[in-house]
Amino acid sequence: MELIWLVPAFPLAGFIVLALGRSLPGKAAGAIGSAAAGLSAASACAVAWLFASGGKAPYSTSLWPWLDLGAASPALALSVDALSIVMILVVTIVGFLIHLFSIEHMEGEEGYHRFFAYMNLFVAFMLILVLADNFLLLYLGWEGVGLCSFLLIGFWYGDRANGDAARKAFIVTRVGDVALLLGIILIAANLGSLSLSESPRLASAAWGRGSGIAVLAAALILGGALGKSAQVPLHTWLPDAMAGPSPVSALIHAATMVTAGVYLVARTNAFFSLAPQVMTAVAVAGAVTLLVAGASALAQRDLKRILAYSTMSQIGYMFLALGAAAWTGAIFHLATHALFKSLLFLAAGAIINALGHERDVLAMGGVAKKMPLLFWTFLAGAFGLTALPPVTAGLASKDAIIARLWYAGGDARLLWWAAMAGVLLTSLYTFRMLFLVFAGASRGPRASGHSAMGASTALPLVVLAALCLVGGLVDFPRVLGGEPYFGAFLGGALPASADTGATAGQELLLSLAPLLLSLAGIPLAWLLAKRELATEAGPALRARGSRLAAFVRGGFGFDRLYDFAFARPLSRLAGKGVDPVNLASEGLRSMTLRASRRLASTQKGPPGRYLAALAVGAVLLLAAALI
Amino acid sequence: MNLQAIPLGLALFIVIPLACGLASLVLGGRSSAPGRLAAARAATLAGSLACLLLAAAAWLGGAVPARLELAWIPSMGSSFSLSLDGLSLPFLALSGLLGAAAVLASWKGIGERVPSFHFCLSLTLAGINGVFLASDLFLFAFMWELMLVPMFFVIDIWGHEGRHRAAVKFFIFTQAGGLLMIAAIAGLYAAHGAATGEYTFAYDRLLGTAGGLGQTLQFLLMLGFFAGFAVKLPAFGLHAWLPDAHTEAPTAGSILLAGLLLKTGGYGLLRFAIPLFPDAARAFAPVAMWIGAAGILYGGLMALGQSDMKRLVAYSSVSHLGFVLVGAYSLNEAGRNGVVIQMLSHGLSTGALFMLIGSLQDRIGTRELGRMGGLARAAPRMGAFGLALTLALLGLPGMGNFVGELLVLFGAFKAEAAVAVAAGLGLILAMAYALRMFQLAFHGEAKEKRSVADLSAIETGTLALLLAALLWIGLYPRPVLALLSLALPGIAGGTAP
Repeated sequence: MELIWLVPAFPLAGFIVLALGRSLPGKAAGAIGSAAAGLSAASACAVAWLFASGGKAPYSTSLWPWLDLGAASPALALSVDALSIVMILVVTIVGFLIHLFSIEHMEGEEGYHRFFAYMNLFVAFMLILVLADNFLLLYLGWEGVGLCSFLLIGFWYGDRANGDAARKAFIVTRVGDVALLLGIILIAANLGSLSLSESPRLASAAWGRGSGIAVLAAALILGGALGKSAQVPLHTWLPDAMAGPSPVSALIHAATMVTAGVYLVARTNAFFSLAPQVMTAVAVAGAVTLLVAGASALAQRDLKRILAYSTMSQIGYMFLALGAAAWTGAIFHLATHALFKSLLFLAAGAIINALGHERDVLAMGGVAKKMPLLFWTFLAGAFGLTALPPVTAGLASKDAIIARLWYAGGDARLLWWAAMAGVLLTSLYTFRMLFLVFAGASRGPRASGHSAMGASTALPLVVLAALCLVGGLVDFPRVLGGEPYFGAFLGGALPASADTGATAGQELLLSLAPLLLSLAGIPLAWLLAKRELATEAGPALRARGSRLAAFVRGGFGFDRLYDFAFARPLSRLAGKGVDPVNLASEGLRSMTLRASRRLASTQKGPPGRYLAALAVGAVLLLAAALI
Repeated sequence: MNLQAIPLGLALFIVIPLACGLASLVLGGRSSAPGRLAAARAATLAGSLACLLLAAAAWLGGAVPARLELAWIPSMGSSFSLSLDGLSLPFLALSGLLGAAAVLASWKGIGERVPSFHFCLSLTLAGINGVFLASDLFLFAFMWELMLVPMFFVIDIWGHEGRHRAAVKFFIFTQAGGLLMIAAIAGLYAAHGAATGEYTFAYDRLLGTAGGLGQTLQFLLMLGFFAGFAVKLPAFGLHAWLPDAHTEAPTAGSILLAGLLLKTGGYGLLRFAIPLFPDAARAFAPVAMWIGAAGILYGGLMALGQSDMKRLVAYSSVSHLGFVLVGAYSLNEAGRNGVVIQMLSHGLSTGALFMLIGSLQDRIGTRELGRMGGLARAAPRMGAFGLALTLALLGLPGMGNFVGELLVLFGAFKAEAAVAVAAGLGLILAMAYALRMFQLAFHGEAKEKRSVADLSAIETGTLALLLAALLWIGLYPRPVLALLSLALPGIAGGTAP
């Protein structure tokens, strides 16, 4: 199990080689970066095998103690349990496939080296995040992935707009990060431990359920999770993050980093179990994001923005699951979502490249005929997203979450309705996108880019599509003839969900309901796409494009609200850098100088004045002495 | 290594820079021959490196604590007494490192009156080292003044456009603060003498004095010390000299100012203002912490609005040194440790940053962010260091700055949780101004067509060394913390552990 160090060490070494070896030939960078990710994936698989065959005993290993926060002394230490095994497999395998895809996809870009260096660094930080044995090392990975996200969103830094998007992502997520850091400090100060395995136990023993401190701790952790996972109200950075290259969106802003918040909440589930109020907040944040983002996705024209809003909305499902204490369900959806969403992003990247960097879905069309491989793989991803058979990835994971909400009963039924509305929205925006991009004839006036794909580009797509197809089988509902291997595997690391006590008939019905809703969305999406194209054709109609649509397309005005409430007041306060205290001090300076000149004049000048002053002084002194 | 065994012992930290400064004057003379100028530079460089080696040897050789006591002015009860402990040693090492960096940074940039320039630098360093070592309050005040005067000339003679104004302002502020501190020293001296009949400036003797004084007197004396150190730090409200001085000073001056001179303020709080007056410090702590938090937020906000790169870093210093005030007056172990780590990291990171900005200004002739852009493409090595130092500025975990801020926040949380929350908001501002600076300078398209030579080997090496030190403190702060654990409990002055 000492092998575990190799998992983050390979990509870290890859980063160092690429960062220092700027003079390496261009081709080598892609090979080195992919090899590092591949070796990391191989060692992750080896570790997973050792773990599973070794009786699934948690294991931890430490390099050196870091620092002391009171009684808590977090170390640079990794620990392995079922949850981190799942996470490293997702991160390294999907990460490796995306690296492989990028070799050709990013070819000819200025900064090819830089791209792979940052991607490797990202994988290293992400692995540290999920393997960390304590809160503080987790936080190091947490900020590290944020850094790489910043660097890669702004990869094409020549354009200021990309830089603005990158900065926005880093700053907005830092709002959540500061909450998390304060939560870490609170935990260290009150529990005397930052260990991710020990501190939850201590909290359960010391803090009462629903007590103020338990609620505060969970709320602060949640703050971090909301920022990183782009949930309302800290979600505004993700759509802009699409300024980065598509493989970046696939890896960071779909498969791994944005789901770190889900991992964090699942990892610290004991803290949330102590704070029912915060659990409700988790579920509500998930539900609101699910609907807001789903509706926004429906109104987008930019292919990557559709997928970005879709990611937010799918993570909303994961938060719903977390809020309903369906911990394994949330992680399962995290894993399957990583598969189908990274597939969709990679395929979208290939399409955008092939169409000469066209990102407007209304200007696409006819791609199915031109690029059948892309069509079929994209379709597999889309079926995963909408949880439709025969693709099992989304089907198994999403249905489990939705059913769980129903069983929770009471107010949670409201959440079930939200989840169902989300199913319809998902189906609508997914198939609208599918029809607009692939169906009919090409509407693009633009010259076609290079649409030929080499094996290193096609292979990741095919592998991901295959994984989507069968991935759900690792935890398929019993009623459909499956077996919950995944849940059983995670059982050691996460608390099992309460037994629902539902009959097979009920279960079947609950699985069928979202399926039927998804299917119903398909013809509606077709109508929507057709109407939209028709409207697009007539400029008169477009001008009338309702303000509601613009509002929804703009993500429900959150950006404008934050601009008005935070960004502008802050920049007004910062002024043009004029510091009132400094200005005031100028007066002090000139006063001193003037006084010094006055006093200096008593030391120089005509002898007469000098003598006179001497006489006056003498008289005064004499007088003083006499009195 | 036993420092007490070698002749002069601890005084070497003061004697070496003085001797090397004189050597710079003599070697350089009035000639402008390149060889002689190089000799003048090399002499000062050698002095700093020797101090660095000495500090390293003392550290590795376990020479802490060490003392040196020579008779000086016995009639006044003052002696030339130096003491090296776990609190002084890291700062002496920092002074050696940044002193060397300052010389290297001005190797090309300073072309006029080179010998005098290096003499002034050496003198400043001698004074700074003296401040970190003095354990006699009269000697301390003497060293305090010694570091100011040559620094005034460094700014006034070799600075940029607005140097005269900035130098005068620097002098007035620090001198006014220094006067209050000297008055407080005199007051403490007199009070101790009146109470015990023994008139002495010895730090050890004066440590317990304040307990016997009236509350008002104790508070006033404490405020005198606080004023001197708060100006130097600088605390919010007293910071007005800093942006001008940092901006107008030549690169080497900025490195010494930000890297070392400001640290004497934090050092003074930990060594004198708090342990000498424990009760008054405890009463004053909430006020001081809130002044610190105000500095964090105000400095961050002001940094956000700057267009001059040096000025931006200067305001970021106001923000980062707010953490020092917060941590010092948390009056607990984590806070104190955090203060030292924060000051060391800030010294390394802003020192390196000013060096980078200096080499940038040498090449493109401006510090205006609005006239930069695209530099990462033109000079990739510069871009890489710019990025790394930006990350230090915004306190990314892994950098020493993070460890300092975290420990301070933890200490503050235990003492006054609301201050920790306010200070935490400063981290968001840090993210905003640091990224803005980096992007305006290094990303985007170049505003003006120019070719920029990338960093030279010496510049790269120096920056890499400073960066390595930052990462070391960030990932393995144990050795520093262990050193501090030897010193800080002793000077905690009866405050909570």
